[in-house]
Amino acid sequence: MSTSDYDPACLPDLLPLYYRRLFPFSQYYRWLSYGGVSKNYFQNREFSFTLKDDIYVRYQSFTTQNELEKEMQKMVPYKIDIGAVYSHRPSQHNAVKSGTFQALEKELVFDIDMTDYDDVRRCCSAADICSKCWTLMTIAIRILDRALREDFGFHHLLWVYSGRRGVHCWVCDDAARKLSVAARSAVAEYLSLVKGGEETVRKVVLSDPIHPFINHSLSVVERYFQQYAIVDQDILGSKESVDKVLAVLSPLCRQMKSFTREGSSVSYDLHFSCVSVKSNSKKGGQYFDKEIMLQYCYPRLDVNVSKGVNHLLKSPFSVHPKTGRISVPIDLKELDTFDPFEVPTISLICEELEKPRAEEAEEDDMKDKENEQEAGERRRIRDYKRTSLAKYVKVFDRFLEAMARSRKGEMLKKSDLQKDF
Amino acid sequence: MQFPGRRKKLIGSSQNDLYDHCLQFYGQPPLENISLTEFETFAVERLKLLKTVENLGVSCVKNSEQYTKKLDAEISKFFFNKEDGISEYEKRRKDHISHFILRLAYCQTEDLRRWFIQQEMDLFRYRFNDLHSKHKTDFLHKNNLKYETVSAEEKKSLQDKLIASSYGLSGTKVEEHDVYKVPFQDALDLVRTRKVYLLAGNAYIPHHEIVTIVLNDFRTRLSKALAMTARSLPAVQSDERLQPLLSHLSHAYVGQDYSIQKNIGKISLEQIDALSGKSFPLCMRHLHKALRENHHLRHGGRMQYGLFLKGIGLSLEQALQFWRSEFVKGKVDADKFDKAYAYSVRHMFGKEGKRTDYTPYSCMKVILSNPPSQGDYHGCPFRHSDPELLKQKLQNYKVSPSGTNQILELVKGMHYQLACQKYFELTHNVEDAGFSLNHPNQYFTESQKLLSGGRDIKKEVDMSQRSQENPASVTRPSQANSKQAHEEMGDLDSFFQDE
Repeated sequence: MSTSDYDPACLPDLLPLYYRRLFPFSQYYRWLSYGGVSKNYFQNREFSFTLKDDIYVRYQSFTTQNELEKEMQKMVPYKIDIGAVYSHRPSQHNAVKSGTFQALEKELVFDIDMTDYDDVRRCCSAADICSKCWTLMTIAIRILDRALREDFGFHHLLWVYSGRRGVHCWVCDDAARKLSVAARSAVAEYLSLVKGGEETVRKVVLSDPIHPFINHSLSVVERYFQQYAIVDQDILGSKESVDKVLAVLSPLCRQMKSFTREGSSVSYDLHFSCVSVKSNSKKGGQYFDKEIMLQYCYPRLDVNVSKGVNHLLKSPFSVHPKTGRISVPIDLKELDTFDPFEVPTISLICEELEKPRAEEAEEDDMKDKENEQEAGERRRIRDYKRTSLAKYVKVFDRFLEAMARSRKGEMLKKSDLQKDF
Repeated sequence: MQFPGRRKKLIGSSQNDLYDHCLQFYGQPPLENISLTEFETFAVERLKLLKTVENLGVSCVKNSEQYTKKLDAEISKFFFNKEDGISEYEKRRKDHISHFILRLAYCQTEDLRRWFIQQEMDLFRYRFNDLHSKHKTDFLHKNNLKYETVSAEEKKSLQDKLIASSYGLSGTKVEEHDVYKVPFQDALDLVRTRKVYLLAGNAYIPHHEIVTIVLNDFRTRLSKALAMTARSLPAVQSDERLQPLLSHLSHAYVGQDYSIQKNIGKISLEQIDALSGKSFPLCMRHLHKALRENHHLRHGGRMQYGLFLKGIGLSLEQALQFWRSEFVKGKVDADKFDKAYAYSVRHMFGKEGKRTDYTPYSCMKVILSNPPSQGDYHGCPFRHSDPELLKQKLQNYKVSPSGTNQILELVKGMHYQLACQKYFELTHNVEDAGFSLNHPNQYFTESQKLLSGGRDIKKEVDMSQRSQENPASVTRPSQANSKQAHEEMGDLDSFFQDE
């Protein structure tokens, strides 16, 4: 649809327009201020920009929303990353006594990258994605979202499409932002099941008893496995791919007996009747069907991204220079129908801006003549509403609303306890 | 800790409030006056207890019958009062005060802190596990570990999930014992390895695992406290009564000190080369080799090796001859030796200056103090050598590859004395050294004993009986155990003659 329209060479022209009229600054600022509960939370946040010609600048910080806007419009970053909230303003970090400038808080983040699945997807490799392998992201989101909410008790999760080949998760709860490095790494390891690199053939090892988390994850995988692995990825479709599946098991059993593939409607029986395994009752051999499903589908996350408090991650609503796609929030209610190829590109939304205005827009024009600044903002709000970006900003709005409600609830609880009325 | 400054006299009736549980987190420092004697006694006795904890920790499997029996005996000894028994209050007070005194001695370096925290944690773990279940919960509540227990209904509804997530849980156990709800941030080790059930941000910890959580808390608190203590240490050290005591405590050795020379003159200088290969521990073999090769050793090396030689029986005359003959081969002429180095050799034998008869360094002293730098050859090779170099050295000394690996494993686990013990076993071709290594001279004595088929024991026993009149010494062959050290307690001054 709109991909063909995007040409990276146009970025220098499109970006200024994007930052002037489309980037949702007010929601963005609202997000990163977190209700103004902590002093200087926004002011001490690090941003990093990648400018034209790959010039990378770190320790950018801003005192107000206005300053953020002006700077971004001036510098026109190709990429924007968000870092931690520090003890001092990052832009002044050189003036601070050495050792005292420290990263204090940051959202707990996860980065799922399709490249990490190259050993188990047949349709694409490296930076490519298609509708067949996108299911992996859907599975990853479902599994991790459930675990982060139900097991860890987090409530405010923002899932974002990275713009090319993966998704990010921003866990924004107070408690999450305050987690130590050790805690972040413990959470990431709890969520990791697929272990090992190129040299490891069998990457998932299950043994009794199976932890409830694994069972929950398995039920998600099972829901999608038939369509994804058997049909779309066709892992049993050729001798070569079958052999690959078997290779995972080879340390366990020599003989594979049968797994059925009936005519046109593919059904599978993953209870491999593996004679030698049964008789050996080798430890771990009993769960190989589950292990295979997990190895082919379970989310692969990079622990290092999640561990560091000061780790910089691509910002939501940032543009991906190679694809032109905006990093948009994903609505989990519509997760199964999310299509990365439908995500608007910067060229599309700029194009949509130029379209003739609807009637209501003319009314607002009148109001604008009254107050220039408000007009600017209102215009911008109107502007993105006219583009395909609108629905994604709405998702973001709902996310922010939920956090605001939660903060209000917390404050009420606190004041009740203190008997402040 | 306010020190020496403000002190309040403790009133009897508040005794019970102060120590309302036999275990504590040592959150509050003691606030009373005590005598210097009690100060010293408490400190030394707790140190002995911690040393036993360390030794048992590496020589027995924790929580094995052997471990529990021995540690139990040692703890009873610690709390034992020679008079009519000791009140519960007295016990807890001793526990409290002795811990805080040792903090002063062990807060100064990273190594000391790590050692202290490790032993205190092991001791705490043992004592906590020993508590009755009710007292465990009591302890948690009294220490603001707001870990609620899960209600019976919730336990029942989660039963299968709990069993599937925690090690060693069965249906009955879940029913009968408490399960604690702990915020997941306080149970990271269990979360990381997915060995616990998580729900809504809480980890559901079965009774038998709660000690891990408590220990983490203990470690964090103690670590912070030690850092703070280190900062206020200068004020403490300026008190002249305490400074020598504290500095000795951190280097204290609680076994035979080899200060009284036995078998003086029994060793001839010609034997030393051969002995260095056969009966010297690796550190001394290393020093001897360096001396022979370079015809020189720096101060640290001269002290460590020189005192060791004194301990194995070299007389002053022999020592002078030994060092002179070697140094003269190098850059030092005889005159310079007599002027500069001879003095320090005589000093070692207590014939100069304050005439202190210096004692040979224990393993602990060698490992913990004065780390070697470029050009030094002293220290403990298991502690101070780069593992690769150590491996090479062992190979050069014909230690088998599997033996070398065992040694390296022990080194990795920081069990330096055990590594040396293993070196003993491998070079003497025995399976079990038969002693717990604490002192280089002990290594030498044990080695000689083994090599001469035990013939020398009798001679040593005779010598030791003769020297028992001297209150500054208690010499009993080999086993450096606390029983013997307890008897040394009679004269504290000589006890601290480590310099």
